[in-house]
Amino acid sequence: MANAHDNHHAEAGHGSVKSYMIGFVLSVILTAIPFGLVMYPSLPKNLTVMIVVALAAIQVVVHLAYFLHMDRTPAQRSNLTTFLFTALVIALLVGLSLWIMFSIHTSMMAK
Amino acid sequence: MTVFGFWLYLMTDCILFASLFATYAVLSGSFAGGPSGHDIFELPFVAVETGLLLLSSITFGFAMLQMFKGNKGAVLGWLAVTFLFGAGFIAMEVYEFQHLIGEGFGPQRSGFLSGFFALVGTHGLHVTTGLIWMAILMYQLNKHGITPTAKTRMSCLSLFWHFLDVVWICVFTVVYLLGVL
Repeated sequence: MANAHDNHHAEAGHGSVKSYMIGFVLSVILTAIPFGLVMYPSLPKNLTVMIVVALAAIQVVVHLAYFLHMDRTPAQRSNLTTFLFTALVIALLVGLSLWIMFSIHTSMMAK
Repeated sequence: MTVFGFWLYLMTDCILFASLFATYAVLSGSFAGGPSGHDIFELPFVAVETGLLLLSSITFGFAMLQMFKGNKGAVLGWLAVTFLFGAGFIAMEVYEFQHLIGEGFGPQRSGFLSGFFALVGTHGLHVTTGLIWMAILMYQLNKHGITPTAKTRMSCLSLFWHFLDVVWICVFTVVYLLGVL
């Protein structure tokens, strides 16, 4: 019984050849553009950094949607909730660590 | 439920990687007179590594689709292709690490290189673990066929494998691309 339920859960929203191909093509484009921009610099540095980071964020979402099959269906509800909580923890962990360490760095330089 | 439990493990793994990313970001300017990312990273090499991992993601997806259709032979075939792409990625990474250490740019050289080896090495260890897991599953699938247990295990490995590709997107962006800029 437990196994039958597991199978149903595992099979819910497992994608299709089409959805995998869409995800793959999007990923190739979203990888090629930042590599191209950095290998053949043609834009100001700050703008390049912003574009590269933005495209990475979009590619992460593409992977979550097309390869990890995250969506808002009830079957995926708990996966999505726990992911959003993790994202919050990561934002706090990385953001605050960098804030503290670079503040220290700046204060030490000032003295 | 098993798959959801594995998902929760992956979320904690995310936090492990987030800590390593934060460490790397803090140390990324500490060269101690050693090389910077601009001096040591070869972007065409990293692009090929990225391509291998991306291809392995889609071939694993095809293995999953064949599994739900019940084609054991096709599942094993796609898993073998995925394994080769993953092994190629690891071979390239080992070569890169050996090359850097041979040049005297090992993890002990500077804070930047410590952070680099810790972060990229941890990702590489995860991929290696995934390859071992994949080899064992191929053996089990071949011996016992597509059982309900095998389906659950494949679903977990699928999440693990695609998750590692997501981590790699962050690695090539933060470490390699921003490192070279």
